Amino acid sequence: MRILEGEGVTKYFGGLAAISNVGFHVDQGEIVGLIGPNGAGKTTLFNLISAALVPNSGVIRFKGEKISALKPHQVCRAGVARTFQSVKIFGNIPVLGNVLLGSLFGTSTGMSSADAAREAMELLEFVGLSTMRATPAKDLTLANQKRLEVARALATMPELLLIDELIAGLNPTETALAMELVTRIRERGITILMIEHVMKAIMSICDRVIVLHHGEKIAEGTPQQIVNSKTVVEVYLGEQAYAGN
Amino acid sequence: MNRTAISSKNLLFLGSLFLVFFLLAFFPLYGSVYNVILVTAIFMHIVLTVSWVIFSGPTGYISLASAAFFGVGIYTSAILGKAFPLPIVICFGALASFCLALLVGALTLRLRGIYFSMFTFGLVLLIQQLLLWYEVNITHTRGRFVFVVNNTTIYYVMFIILVALILTAYFIRRSKYGLALQSIGEDEEASAHTGVNVTVLKTIIFAVSALFAGAAGAIIATRWTYIDPYIAFNPLFSFMPVLMAIFGGMGQFYGPIIGAVIFAYLQEILITRFPYYYMLIFGSILVVAILYLPGGLVGLVQKLREGGLARQHADP
Repeated sequence: MRILEGEGVTKYFGGLAAISNVGFHVDQGEIVGLIGPNGAGKTTLFNLISAALVPNSGVIRFKGEKISALKPHQVCRAGVARTFQSVKIFGNIPVLGNVLLGSLFGTSTGMSSADAAREAMELLEFVGLSTMRATPAKDLTLANQKRLEVARALATMPELLLIDELIAGLNPTETALAMELVTRIRERGITILMIEHVMKAIMSICDRVIVLHHGEKIAEGTPQQIVNSKTVVEVYLGEQAYAGN
Repeated sequence: MNRTAISSKNLLFLGSLFLVFFLLAFFPLYGSVYNVILVTAIFMHIVLTVSWVIFSGPTGYISLASAAFFGVGIYTSAILGKAFPLPIVICFGALASFCLALLVGALTLRLRGIYFSMFTFGLVLLIQQLLLWYEVNITHTRGRFVFVVNNTTIYYVMFIILVALILTAYFIRRSKYGLALQSIGEDEEASAHTGVNVTVLKTIIFAVSALFAGAAGAIIATRWTYIDPYIAFNPLFSFMPVLMAIFGGMGQFYGPIIGAVIFAYLQEILITRFPYYYMLIFGSILVVAILYLPGGLVGLVQKLREGGLARQHADP
């Protein structure tokens, strides 16, 4: 079943098409990777899905319902949560409070404060931050801030999680932990669409990969198909890469 | 264990708050007329400051519209005062400010930082000048006389507004909406994507804060007896709450209250004792406070206490 689909999605910044006529879909239970060189429009596409931006044309549907005219909080309550490329945690609010906000405001039905607190604690346990629950979020390491962002997003009880560069800037140990976290999120029954530059991560955990370049979708397929695709290699390495063959 | 410590601290705070309220409730019975009027003025400053802090404290949106909401209350009182009983007049004053803030909030809360501050300040001047134009050209007067109410009544009305405001502020701060307001101040975009309806929350809290400023204006107008647009919409009432809150320190709930009490008292003393140097001394104290007390008075107290504790722990 298609949980998310976009048709002819287009977004201009001034005269520049940041996303032009992109069609895509994500099936329930999948982990889909979204890759492309810098400036390809990956984060813009995330902003369009999460309603931070409104597309100039095209529609985005979540579980068959159009979400491209909603407000960010409505998209969140509908079941699409996200993290940010540059972490956006609430620095002066304690770790637990950050997650609590998600469970108090982001769920579709709303929760009693006792349930929300229990849920938030469970999620801190899940991402491995339960011992730091009283620490102001700004005092965490980058890796932990990213985990906190994931926990906050999960607290809104999403069916689809958009992860924007979870691994960028992490050391090898932290990277392994982050990748493990992504697979454990999938085991909770949550569909994942993730932007990532680290190809090793994409190759090992994604079921399918979508490649953007200059705002257009240039390839789509299994990780194997993508690394063997001539167009993708050209985009990343330039046509010269083939000169020697 | 940590949790019980926090709740007993809260209990202590609420307990001492009720004790202070209780003592103040009987103040006109034993206080002199001068002191009753002085305390009323202090109450008014606390109301303006705390109502400003409800919204601007956690969100970081520096509103300079306090004078507009206060002035709307004052004018409501001047216009309706003779036609309705006092409680109704106060309610109308509060309601008028509430509605104005809803409208202004819905229009302008998409502005951020300095743009929001400038707009809210412009609002004060806009209403002031519009009103002046109206009074001069339509009613052919400049000011209005306000019906007179005795000092004790003014005291009690202001006191009730103050108590209602402090309870409101306290419960907003402790509720999930307090947390959401703080998250807006930290990162509004992330807040929206976490499910907080930022536009509605900001607008409603902005309007609630205006409600109290309007009510305070409606009652204090009866004490001033004569008002005109320059008196009612004096920009000083936009800056005072900000200064008092910074002076007291916004880190703690009681910071702005303490700031307002000291500020208002100091102002009174300086005006009566040193009328010629009042503004000079007042300004100097402010400059020093802002330069050397970034956390306000409350921040200073905390720093001293932490320093003391650290020294105690250092001793074997």
